[in-house]
Amino acid sequence: MIVTTRQPVSTSERAVRTPAPAKRLVKGNEALALGAVAAGAECFFGYPITPQNEVPEILSYWMPKLGRVFLQAESEVASINMVYGAAAAGHRAMTSSSSPGISLMMEGLSYIAGARLPCVIANVMRGGPGLGNIAPSQGDYFQAVKGGGHGDYRCIVLAPWNVQEMYELPALAFDLAERYRMPAFVLTDAVLGSMLEPARVPLEFPPLVRREQDWTACGRGNRAHKNVVHSLYLDPEVLSAKCEELQATYRRAACEVRFDERLIDDAQVVVVAFGISARLALSAVSALRRRGEKFGLLRPITLFPFPSERLSALAKRVRGMMVFELNSGQMVEDVRLAANGACPVEFFGKMGGVLPPPEELVEVFSKRFAR
Amino acid sequence: MKEEVLIAGFGGQGILLMGQLLAEAAMQEELYATWFPSYGPEMRGGTANCTVVFSSEEIGSPIAAQYSVVIAMNQPSLERFAPRVRSGGVLLVNASMVPVPYEREGITVLYIPAAEIAHDLGQPKVGNVVMLGSLLGARPALPIGAVEAAIRTVIGRKHADAIDVNLSALCAGRDAALERLTNSAADAVAAH
Repeated sequence: MIVTTRQPVSTSERAVRTPAPAKRLVKGNEALALGAVAAGAECFFGYPITPQNEVPEILSYWMPKLGRVFLQAESEVASINMVYGAAAAGHRAMTSSSSPGISLMMEGLSYIAGARLPCVIANVMRGGPGLGNIAPSQGDYFQAVKGGGHGDYRCIVLAPWNVQEMYELPALAFDLAERYRMPAFVLTDAVLGSMLEPARVPLEFPPLVRREQDWTACGRGNRAHKNVVHSLYLDPEVLSAKCEELQATYRRAACEVRFDERLIDDAQVVVVAFGISARLALSAVSALRRRGEKFGLLRPITLFPFPSERLSALAKRVRGMMVFELNSGQMVEDVRLAANGACPVEFFGKMGGVLPPPEELVEVFSKRFAR
Repeated sequence: MKEEVLIAGFGGQGILLMGQLLAEAAMQEELYATWFPSYGPEMRGGTANCTVVFSSEEIGSPIAAQYSVVIAMNQPSLERFAPRVRSGGVLLVNASMVPVPYEREGITVLYIPAAEIAHDLGQPKVGNVVMLGSLLGARPALPIGAVEAAIRTVIGRKHADAIDVNLSALCAGRDAALERLTNSAADAVAAH
């Protein structure tokens, strides 16, 4: 069951709703690209990197065809600054990359956050640190959720777990980015990017509906005030006030929590996992249930804002929580903060692109919580 | 109902297409399905494998430790993945590329001369679809009509002229598997 605190998962405030198309076999990266098109992305700037290359490939076909902008930049640094410029002018702007490429974008992202601009960044995570490899990973949780660039800023972070959500979440990312005027990540990985699944993903798109914002720098027109987009405030008192404003925005965004629960009602142990890890964990939880062991699954869909309140409430009544991630233990820190000592929080992770089969997870989960 | 299939060989053998046909057929049967590829950086000659899961219930993991069906298209794949056939499962071996025998208690092993069968059909490229047909003969995982429809959809997208020979390859592969199953059953009876 998907729990949302505000709106259903797939609403785009700008996109015109069209009837759901028939199911077809769709690759995760294709769904992500077409999700951006359906969400009304007006411009895409990017630089190639495996395992997300289908995203720019597909957008290089669709965006010009629909009269929108596709531009292959000379680097990731250029891409994110092009996003900065387009967002400042009030356009739905997006880039996509994979881990090392996202690292190159961190300075620009901090500027975008500082200038209070909305944009969407898709990260199809691969193994790191450094060049790592092209295999699946979730090693960029800290980077996306905790900052990555300099300064006190946050991004909305959405984590799809199947191809259908790869299509739906870009629209939500744009909506939330605009609602709070902050950057939004779609944080996914090499498995979801390269996987095929039946999904309802259209190949026809309604025309763009442009909505004027009063903060854009795209010509003053008849507006009474002048808009200047920047992130430089030399006076400490002024910057301090701006920072407080940002933090207040992030606190308001906390109401946008979305998560998915399976077999939670009578669960004694709650497995917490996001994205592809939650898929592997679901198989393990189902197998444990068949053995009579009462495990359940909570899958955060929003990693920022994090479903802390729900986890706190669960921590007071369960025997423990089991966090599983494809990294050395990143989201587990947020789960521990939410549990706040009310129950033990165990962690299991794999790095470097290794996917533990559900059979292995069953043994690990069961052993950690053996009576 | 749930099947977990692993198909392995090297790049250029049509491994990924075999998996896609299977996933497409499962979708046409209104089942849940996942297809997940794994391959090296080379287009041809590197390792290539994919896993296909289809099920009447929502699918969690697209990978598994053990598979109900493994199709080994060459010898390195046989050596690597034969131990990962689940007890009661099926191992299908491309006999044209694997000269060594393999046996294991508790699983069905069928050697299918895919290249020879494809050659007899006049199109050496369809060895992969012969092996896919053998899966349908060895295990009633999906109705053959669904896989035929998948061939028409997927192969028809770019190579409409290749549909017929692929349909023939599918049937020939299924028949080859059925024939070998019948023979091994007869051998078992004779041994008693």
